[in-house]
Amino acid sequence: MKINSPLEAYKYLPATNCGKCGEQTCMAFAAHLIDRSMKLTDCTPLLEEKFKKKFKELDKLLEPEIREIEIGVGEKIAKIGGDDVLYRHKLTFFNQTKFAYDVWDTMDEEELVERVNYIQNFKKFYVGNFLTVDMIAIRSVSDDPERFASTVKKVLETTELPVILCSFNHNVLKAGLELAKDRNPLLYAANKNNWKEVAELALKYDVPVTLFAPDDLDLLKSMAKTFAEMGTEKLVLDPGTFPTGKQLKQTFTNFTKVRRAGIDGDREIAYPIMAVPFTAWMAHDDPVSASYWETVVASVLTVKYGDIMILHSTEPYAMLPELHIRDTIYTDPRKPVTVDPGMYKVGSPDKDSPVLVTTNFALTYYTVESDIASNKIDCYLWAIDTDGIGVEAAVAGGQLTAAKVKKGIDESGFDLKKDTSHNTIVLPGLAARLQGDVEDETGASVLIGPADSGRIPGWMEKNWPPQKK
Amino acid sequence: MTNKMKLKELSDILQDLNVESLEGVTIEGDIELNISGGGGLNPALAYALGNEISQISLHMANIGRMLGFPAEQLFASAFQSGEMPQTDKFTTSPKLQELLDSKFEVSKIDSWKNTIQEVTLGASSADGGSRKSTVTLGGENALPYYFDAEMPHRNYITMDVFDMPIGMAKAVKGNYEDVINDPAEWAKKVVRDFNADMVTIHLISTDPLINDTSAREAAKIVEDVLQAVDVPIVIGGSGNPEKDPEVLEKAAEVAEGERVLLASASLNLDYERVAKAAIDHGHVVLSWTQLEINAQKELNRKLMKQCNLPRESIIMDPTTAALGYGLDYAYTNMERIRLAGLMGDDELTFPMSSGTTNAWGAREAWMVASPLKQDSDWGPREYRGPIWEIVTGLALSLAGNDMFMMMHPTSVQVLKELTQTLYGSIDAEELDISNWIGMEV
Ligand code: SF4
Repeated sequence: MKINSPLEAYKYLPATNCGKCGEQTCMAFAAHLIDRSMKLTDCTPLLEEKFKKKFKELDKLLEPEIREIEIGVGEKIAKIGGDDVLYRHKLTFFNQTKFAYDVWDTMDEEELVERVNYIQNFKKFYVGNFLTVDMIAIRSVSDDPERFASTVKKVLETTELPVILCSFNHNVLKAGLELAKDRNPLLYAANKNNWKEVAELALKYDVPVTLFAPDDLDLLKSMAKTFAEMGTEKLVLDPGTFPTGKQLKQTFTNFTKVRRAGIDGDREIAYPIMAVPFTAWMAHDDPVSASYWETVVASVLTVKYGDIMILHSTEPYAMLPELHIRDTIYTDPRKPVTVDPGMYKVGSPDKDSPVLVTTNFALTYYTVESDIASNKIDCYLWAIDTDGIGVEAAVAGGQLTAAKVKKGIDESGFDLKKDTSHNTIVLPGLAARLQGDVEDETGASVLIGPADSGRIPGWMEKNWPPQKK
Repeated sequence: MTNKMKLKELSDILQDLNVESLEGVTIEGDIELNISGGGGLNPALAYALGNEISQISLHMANIGRMLGFPAEQLFASAFQSGEMPQTDKFTTSPKLQELLDSKFEVSKIDSWKNTIQEVTLGASSADGGSRKSTVTLGGENALPYYFDAEMPHRNYITMDVFDMPIGMAKAVKGNYEDVINDPAEWAKKVVRDFNADMVTIHLISTDPLINDTSAREAAKIVEDVLQAVDVPIVIGGSGNPEKDPEVLEKAAEVAEGERVLLASASLNLDYERVAKAAIDHGHVVLSWTQLEINAQKELNRKLMKQCNLPRESIIMDPTTAALGYGLDYAYTNMERIRLAGLMGDDELTFPMSSGTTNAWGAREAWMVASPLKQDSDWGPREYRGPIWEIVTGLALSLAGNDMFMMMHPTSVQVLKELTQTLYGSIDAEELDISNWIGMEV
């Protein structure tokens, strides 16, 4: 955005401190505008006619540097772009990279439906939510408009996920568009040969379009400028993803250059970037090597500015790391690292339920909690204040010690002797070396749980209730 | 309205439209439009012409309707849509015949003024050691692989060797079963078979809670490893803050002159002792903190000011958390450290090292299957583990990490391939991707 201090935004607000936005003062609201945690429309008074001009001006100033593009419709709509910074700690990255997995028009129907279903149903539980993937990219291998159309039709019938229509032949794209026009698909792609025809389609159907200029940033920018002039800024830029050697290095350079120019304020190139790690399959014959390399390229370009990408491997060993590296990069770094230390109940524990110790590192805490809860185990979960450091590191670094455990227990008001029938603490397996010390400090008996909370259910079967000594 | 219409009225309508005044357009005889200029027409003029012509046709169509002809249907079918909503788009956007000229430009970052300290590990006979190869880290003037400045040294990988059998993920263990009781053979194997640039010997058996191996005994293992391989080595303690300084001291003594990396000094142990051992015997210290940039500054400052450790003898380990288990903090911590260093914070201008092996702590790396029933199938773990280590490492390589401590041979191979590709030292056959869409896979 063009401004970076709350004061600059404040000038445009009504300055009545009416509180309708939920903030006490306009200045507080202005601060939320700058860190993008609230929207301008949350200030309802500003929507009044008399403030129209100010609203417009401020809205313009607050626009993110990189344009935000929408693909698809309804609940599954995918937004890409919208970033304001080059490093996540400067604010946060917005609109996580969207992953499109490919299907192609020479697949037989059964195989096609199966693949689409696999993609749309893929999920991985993580810190209270499921990680999922986003889109289907439909490739025309046949170059036959009719064949492409029937594949598009089948895909649209099978999924609500947004789609990318992939062909360099405008007749093929048109055939797909005719069917998908109500689903706001992304066109892939206009290049230096077909751009006039593809532009016509993008304008006529009013859909977003990818501009493809492999390793030619001048051409890429020319195309972006031309398309904008013709009337569409719903653009995605593909500077080409070359999978190996010096070409891959150049790809990396192109991605970082395009994004830097955009964030630096060059509006003509300030669009989301498309990566195509799919090209790894052009460099590797063996499917495991190709999957690995595709995942590696995808990960690099997720970290460095890819906003959307087309992928081929649907092996879990490709998709899981892709989902997690994306989460890594797009997690808001301003969100708290810790949960409040203290005693938490999971399920409805009673006197006979176990007392498990973990750290107050949010990630550790939520992982343990979800493992327990999803297996319907009732227990007490003790989050010890380790300054938000995970178990293994906290034991090594001295943030998780017997004294800390004792202190945590004392401060929580929970009385092991009175509130449990067993006076037993279960330490995480990775804190096994603290067993003796914790017994000495607390006077409770101490059991060592598994090193991974995913194994708590099995551990419970064998070790709970504890044998009376 | 009357159904009759005279030709005169038609010409009046046309007159109202001012068509005659439009240059390049004349209406002759049986309403023939003649547009001169063709493809070379300038876009603005073409647009204006298009607008006029559309206006005319609209009026013509009205005339047609007055005459009882359903002209709107004709338009609808001609434009292949119900209500001609797209005409709107066309009237506001000029259709261009040529791409507009534009040159891509981007500036280099001028606030990156500082150079990261160069640190060399290992010493050859010329420098009083016995290593055949040495490794130099650091020297960067930009973020890794960026076009702003050439990166002077590639990334290096040191592979883990332990002084006793330890619990390992199945996929890792398979590679070391034959050498698990012999650190020297283990070290040889990672250099010979797995292309390790360096070897880390972890003296974990010295932990009083494990075997309590004496510092003197442990030093013998260090000697064995130095004998077995001729690459630079890293010496790691057990992580016990009371015992480690003594263990590292003895190890430093027997490794005199070899310029090993002592891992590590931290704020919760006697770092002065570790620093002194490095100074006395010509080694480098790994300055280890836990995901806290200010703690890293503090420790580096203490090592330099309080212990007089030279700048070229410090490498930082700001802690590596596994992918999915805090890598976001580890990544950003490193990126901030490197950016601060480049922008002039002299307490942070040191090369960095990552305990990438930590990735194997993630359940996704080693568990047979997801413990959660709702998850999609996790697939075979022998492929999941190595890629977990690779992706953890590659993210940190982009944040500025120079050296990786790793465990699985496949991970080492792939991460080397990637980091050296981005560094620019790997050639591959050039590929034409311009038609990638049609590829059969
Ligand atoms: S709603 Fe608008 S005017 Fe009212 S306090 Fe919030 S920012 Fe100020």
